Amino acid sequence: MPIGIAASFRFAGPRKEKKKKLGGARMEPPPPPPPPSGTTVTQRDQWTVEQEVGRIYSFFAQLPPAAQSFALEVQRDNHIEYLTRGLRGLAPSFGSLDASRPWICYWIIHSLALLGEPIDAELEESIIDFLSRCQDPSGGYGGGPGQLPHLATTYAAVNSLITLGGSRSLSSINRDKVHNFLRQMKQPSGGFRMHDGGEIDVRACYTAISVASTLNILDDELAEKVGDFILSCQTYEGGIAGEPGSEAHGGYTFCGLATMILINEADRLDLSRLIDWVVFRQGVECGFQGRVNKLVDGCYSFWQGGACALLQKLHPFGLSEGGEDESTDSIDSSLYAASNVSEQEEQENNLESASPQVDGTCQFKQGGPQSASCSENTGNASYNFHERCAEGGSLFNSSALQQYILLCSQLPEGGFRDKPGKFRDFYHTCYCLSGLTVCQYSQSKHADSPPLPWDVVGPYSNLLEPIHPLHNVVLSKYQEANEFFRVASGFVHL
Amino acid sequence: MASSSSSSSEGEGRRAWVPLASRPEFAGVTPLPQDDGPSPVVAIAYRDDFRETMDYFRSLYSSRELSPRSLLLTSLAISVNPANYTVWHFRRQVLEALGADLTEELEFTEGVAKRNAKNYQLWHHRRWVAEKLGPDAASRELEFTRKIFCLDAKNYHAWSHRQWVLQALGGWEDELDYCAQLLKEDVFNHSAWNQRYFVITKSPSLGGLNAMRDSEVDYAIEAIHANPENESPWRYLRGLYNDENEAWLNDSRVHSACLHVLKAKRNFKFALSTLLDLLGLGFKPNQEIKDAITSLRTSDSGEAGSDSDLANSVCSILGREDPMRANYWTWRSSKLPQAAEV
Repeated sequence: MPIGIAASFRFAGPRKEKKKKLGGARMEPPPPPPPPSGTTVTQRDQWTVEQEVGRIYSFFAQLPPAAQSFALEVQRDNHIEYLTRGLRGLAPSFGSLDASRPWICYWIIHSLALLGEPIDAELEESIIDFLSRCQDPSGGYGGGPGQLPHLATTYAAVNSLITLGGSRSLSSINRDKVHNFLRQMKQPSGGFRMHDGGEIDVRACYTAISVASTLNILDDELAEKVGDFILSCQTYEGGIAGEPGSEAHGGYTFCGLATMILINEADRLDLSRLIDWVVFRQGVECGFQGRVNKLVDGCYSFWQGGACALLQKLHPFGLSEGGEDESTDSIDSSLYAASNVSEQEEQENNLESASPQVDGTCQFKQGGPQSASCSENTGNASYNFHERCAEGGSLFNSSALQQYILLCSQLPEGGFRDKPGKFRDFYHTCYCLSGLTVCQYSQSKHADSPPLPWDVVGPYSNLLEPIHPLHNVVLSKYQEANEFFRVASGFVHL
Repeated sequence: MASSSSSSSEGEGRRAWVPLASRPEFAGVTPLPQDDGPSPVVAIAYRDDFRETMDYFRSLYSSRELSPRSLLLTSLAISVNPANYTVWHFRRQVLEALGADLTEELEFTEGVAKRNAKNYQLWHHRRWVAEKLGPDAASRELEFTRKIFCLDAKNYHAWSHRQWVLQALGGWEDELDYCAQLLKEDVFNHSAWNQRYFVITKSPSLGGLNAMRDSEVDYAIEAIHANPENESPWRYLRGLYNDENEAWLNDSRVHSACLHVLKAKRNFKFALSTLLDLLGLGFKPNQEIKDAITSLRTSDSGEAGSDSDLANSVCSILGREDPMRANYWTWRSSKLPQAAEV
C-alpha cells in the first residue's frame, strides 16, 4: 500500500524540469535553484537542505509500490558488511580517530547487535583483548593502548564489552579500578572531568554515571551534586546545554536527562519546558535538529528521539510511581477518549499516512491500565526504567523520523549518514540505527510486547533489537551484564 | 623556539617528510611502537609519518621527558592528530615544566583552529592557556572567537569559550552590541540569541534580567513581527519571564504580539503555542483574541462541536497546522484543566 510521504512537506521554490538522462548511469539530480534573495545564512542553509530532502521524498512518492517497499528496507547485509570490514581494519584517514578507537568499537559492535548479527568468536576474542590493552593500569579506558584514561572512551569500552556479553568479556573489566578512575574525575562542583586535567561538561556526567550504573558501582559519592550541575545546564529554552550558559543541544540534553534519571533526580528538571523544546526539534524534513534553527542530522534521531522516549516513560504529570491504579487516572482516560477508534481503522490510518499529514499518522494510542508490568520497583533506577510504559503513542513523530532515517540517512550500499550530501560513517550508522530502534519501540504499550506492524515503517523485517534507553545498549545484553555485576559486587576483583 | 607552528610543519610533513630518526634533535630516542596486540581490531593503517611521530611521542611520554624537544614532538603529534587528548595533556605538562611563553601558545592553537575549529581538545587547551595568562588575555580571546564566528557563527565550542572568557576574564562592555550586530546579520542565529540572554542575565554592567526585561521584550517582539516563523525570539521572549508567570501573564505586549501574528493568518504556530501556555496558566483572553482563534477553526469535526473550551480549540488548530507534533498537541490538550469556562 502506498505510504504518503511528507505530502505536507513544502517546497520553497518552483519545481525544476526533469534533466535529460545521461546514458544509463544513475542520474544526478539537477542542481537546486538558488535560494530566494534577501535571506540570511541560516535561511539559505535550511532551504538547501529542504530542497535536497524534498527531492528524495518526491522521488520516492512517485515510485511504484514494490520499489517503495525496497527503498524503505533496512539494507541489513550491506550494513553488516560495512561494519564488519571496519572492525577488522581502517583506512589511513581514520588517523583523526586514533584517540577514539573504543568509540569505533562501540559504534560498530552496537550497530551489529541492533541488526541482530552475532560476531564470530575469534573476532570477539580480539576485541576483548584490544580493549584490555586500552585499559589503564590505574583504572578506566583510553582512546588506544597507552593513552590516558578518558570518561568517553571508558563508556564506549564498557558498553562494547557489555554488548559482546559473556563472562570473559564482562570479567575483563576491572570494576574497582574503574571506580577509582571515576572518583578521581569527580569535581567539587558535582560534575566530572573527561580526563586528568580535562574539560568538565554534561557529557562527562553522563559517561561517568552510566558506567557506574552498569557496573553497579554508583554510590552517593559519585552521585553527589551531579543533579545540581545538570540543573544549572538547563537553559531558558528548556533543553540542556553542555555547560551553564551555553545553548540547549540535543546531545547534552540526552546526556543530562539520562543522568538525572539514573540518579533519581529527573523531577528536579523543568520537564514541561524540556518536552516543549525537544518536540520542536523535529522539523519539516522529518528528522531532528540538534539546536534551534540548525540543520537536521541523522544522529539526533537518537539524542533527541531517545530523549523523547525517556520523557514518555517519566510520567511527569501527576502520576506517582508504583502501585497506583492507572486506569482511574484522568490523563489516561482522556487519551483513551481521544484515540477512540477501532483497531482496524487505526491500522488503515497508520499504513496510509506514515507521514506528517493531518489525520491518521499519529494516533495517540490508548495508555490504559498497565498493572503488573508497570509497577515500579524501588530498586535500581536504571534496571527497571526500561520496563516503564510510555503513556501511549509517542511524543515525537515516530513514523516521520523513521522515514528520514531510511530514505535520507541510509545508504543502500551500507552505512548511514548525517544528511544527503554527507558521507557515511560509523558514528552516524550507530546513532541512526539507535534512533530507528527507539522509533520502533516507542509506541509499545508493554515492555514485553513486540512492536505492532504499523509501528515499523517499511517491512516488519526492519525491526531491530530493543535497547535500554538510558545506556543505549541492546536490552538483553544489558540484562545479562546487570546480573553479572550484581553478583560480582560481592567479590574483590584482582 | 618551542612551537614550530603546526601549520608549517604539517605542510612540510606532507611534501617532504623528514623521518624523525634522521633528525638530530631526536637522537637517542628509541621509538616505542603501539601495543595493539597480536590480532588488533579497528586497526588503522597509519601513514608512515603518523606512525613514526606517535612512536616517538610514546617514547618521550612514557619516560616523562619534559624538554623542548618533547614540546616540538607534541606539535608534530598534534598536527597528525589534533584530537589526541593525551598529547595535549602532556604538552601542558611540558609547558609548565619549561615555564614557556604562553602567548606563543595562543598562536599555536590558532594554527590548529584553522584546520578544525570544532575540536574539543583545542578549545580546552585554549581555555587553560587563557586562564594562566589572566585578564590581559581577554581581548585577544574575544577577538579570536569573533574570527571563528565569521566562518561559522554557531560554533558551539567557540561560544562556550567566549562565555567562559567573559565570566573569568571580563570584557563585557561591547558584548550586547556584538549580539545585536550578529542578529542584524542573521536574525535566525540562535547562538546569538542565546548569547544575548547570557549577557542580559550575567553582565555586571547591565543590572540583570529584571532591569533589562522591559527593553528586551520590545526587542524580541520586533524580531517576532519581522519573522513570526523564527523560533528564536519566541523562546527568548518566554525565557525573559522564566519563573515570573504572573508578570508574563500580565504583560499585554506578549499577547498582543500573539494576536497580531494570528490575524495575519500565516506562520502562527508559535503564537498559538504561546497562547496555549498562557491559557494553561490562567490567562483570560479578551474578545479579540478569542475571535482570532475562532476564525482559525475550520468546520472539520473535532474542532467545532463539543470544544467550547478555547484552549482545546487552540490544541485542535495546532494539531491541524502543526501535524508533525500532532501527538504533542493531543497530550497538551489532555493536560488542560477540565473545567475552564472561558
